[in-house]
Amino acid sequence: MQTSAPLAPLPPPSPSLVWRRIRRNPLSFGALCVIGLIALAAIFAPWIAPYPPDATDAAAALQSVSWRHPLGTDLYGRDQLSRIIFAARIDLSVAFAATAAAVVIGSLLGAIIGYRGGWVDHIAMRPVDAIMAFPAFVLAMGITAALGNSTVNVAIAISITQVPSYLRLIRGEMLRIREMEYADAARTVGNPTWRIVLIHLLPNCMPPLIVQATLAMGFALLTMAALSFIGLGIQPPQSEWGVMTAEGASQIVTGEWWLFLFPGLAIMITVLAFNLVGDGLRDFLDPRMRGIR
Amino acid sequence: MPLVEVRELQMHFPLGGLPALLARLRGLPAPVVRAVQSVSFDVAPGETLALVGESGCGKSTVARCLLRLLDPTAGSIRYDGTEIATLDSDAMQPLRRNIQMVFQDPTASLNPRLTARRMVEEALLLHTALDAADRRARVDGVLEEVGLGRELADRHPHELSGGQRQRVNIARAIATNPRFVVLDEPTSALDVSLRSRIILLLESLRARHGLSYLFISHDLATVKYLAGRVAVMYLGVIVELAETGELFARPLHPYTRALIAAVPVPDPDSQRERFVLEGEIPSPMELPSGCPLRGRCPIEQPVCAEPRRSGKSRLGRYVACHRV
Repeated sequence: MQTSAPLAPLPPPSPSLVWRRIRRNPLSFGALCVIGLIALAAIFAPWIAPYPPDATDAAAALQSVSWRHPLGTDLYGRDQLSRIIFAARIDLSVAFAATAAAVVIGSLLGAIIGYRGGWVDHIAMRPVDAIMAFPAFVLAMGITAALGNSTVNVAIAISITQVPSYLRLIRGEMLRIREMEYADAARTVGNPTWRIVLIHLLPNCMPPLIVQATLAMGFALLTMAALSFIGLGIQPPQSEWGVMTAEGASQIVTGEWWLFLFPGLAIMITVLAFNLVGDGLRDFLDPRMRGIR
Repeated sequence: MPLVEVRELQMHFPLGGLPALLARLRGLPAPVVRAVQSVSFDVAPGETLALVGESGCGKSTVARCLLRLLDPTAGSIRYDGTEIATLDSDAMQPLRRNIQMVFQDPTASLNPRLTARRMVEEALLLHTALDAADRRARVDGVLEEVGLGRELADRHPHELSGGQRQRVNIARAIATNPRFVVLDEPTSALDVSLRSRIILLLESLRARHGLSYLFISHDLATVKYLAGRVAVMYLGVIVELAETGELFARPLHPYTRALIAAVPVPDPDSQRERFVLEGEIPSPMELPSGCPLRGRCPIEQPVCAEPRRSGKSRLGRYVACHRV
């Protein structure tokens, strides 16, 4: 997937250039705005949401879309809109924490393995290949089943399934970048190995890592919602998009369509937004990848 | 006493893959690329020794061994009496402030994410106990010395021109007041108009700080100007080593003669020695036996097939040729 030729190193783009180029890609820019709105809604949920997320109201159970309850109510009369807004908190923060942990662990391990190369690389990459050959979702299921399904464990499970992809990405970049003349220059000046890896080489691996991490945010959200949907992730009564979709799914036959549709839409829109931003970033950071998926 | 003494330096790169496997199956020794076969020279304090030769002759490999970016296969490198060919990286670290290098490609040798200031400052951070203010002052001083204004200090490499980039490289190399600097074709990636300025800068820095240079080049005109002595390298060995004036006036080794005869002279009527080698440079995996120039040399004799004696001095020069 990485077709980077050993060209002259790309200069770090200036913030104003980033801004100009992002605006030139309206789809990704729109997606970025959507993510921004969802994040704001999550942060200010207690002020935005019209009702508390777990306030039950037996008199208003299973109401369809109305002015009082724009996205309807569930079996216990809880307001769907409020629950979806509050769910964004846990969904985004778990996906972000899991991705951030995977990025840090994966890129440090990948940097060490790629810089060291040789037999270390040969041996260390085999377990990584084994994990990558295993379906990520089945792996996440196994880990949550083994650890027990708390919020932290869901984050750990998602994180573990993602580590190998960052590890491989950074290892590949390292194998290429460690041969650059500026790596030799850093050695000549007398940098210890840790400084060469962390200060000189790793920052130059960042562009593909940022793209990968953005795309992975979407995937982390999907994994989390899917785990919750099958009952292995976040547990009810916590409002979470996967949990809500699962609860709604059991009502499909009785015709309460709003119960599964709106949480499902929330998942879809958020995941799509992350993917579009990721694609936009890829085009922006690596013009050679334009048009290649 | 010479500052740098290199004795019988050897650098062989093992070949991997199918050829290595086939050789092992046949019980043959593992195939290697003999990038540097046996190289010996001294660099005196304050001296510029040029190392010339065509691409692939092992010049840059010698440089990378001296800086210990490579671990030499055999031989000795002494810096100021200390053997450095076998030092581990921790023991090498304190010596690095004295042995520096200017790389060939001014763009590729600068970290694209760091500013000029940070790259020059790093050498001081690693090798001196200066505090931030003193480091800043020293960086400003060094940048000024190499002809870079203060306003360029906070720029990234892509915001500098090629000549400015090479000046940053030079500033980084001299920031710690080294005594020995390896210049690996420092001007070959620059415009002709910039070359002379960089050469003049290097020469003035040498004179002012008493630096010793190992100047690697294939540009004989620059060598003539900058170097006190010249070592000519061919296929991993030094074939001739002499004072610059002597070498250009009376080249003795057939390879040197061909090299100097190939320099164009801007005079259509000049009567010059016509001395041309035959064929192409052989692969360093399959070297000819005896003299490395065998098969290409116009004055070749049967004696050339014999193993070459380890060079001989004639008229105070080193020449590795059976026929001279």
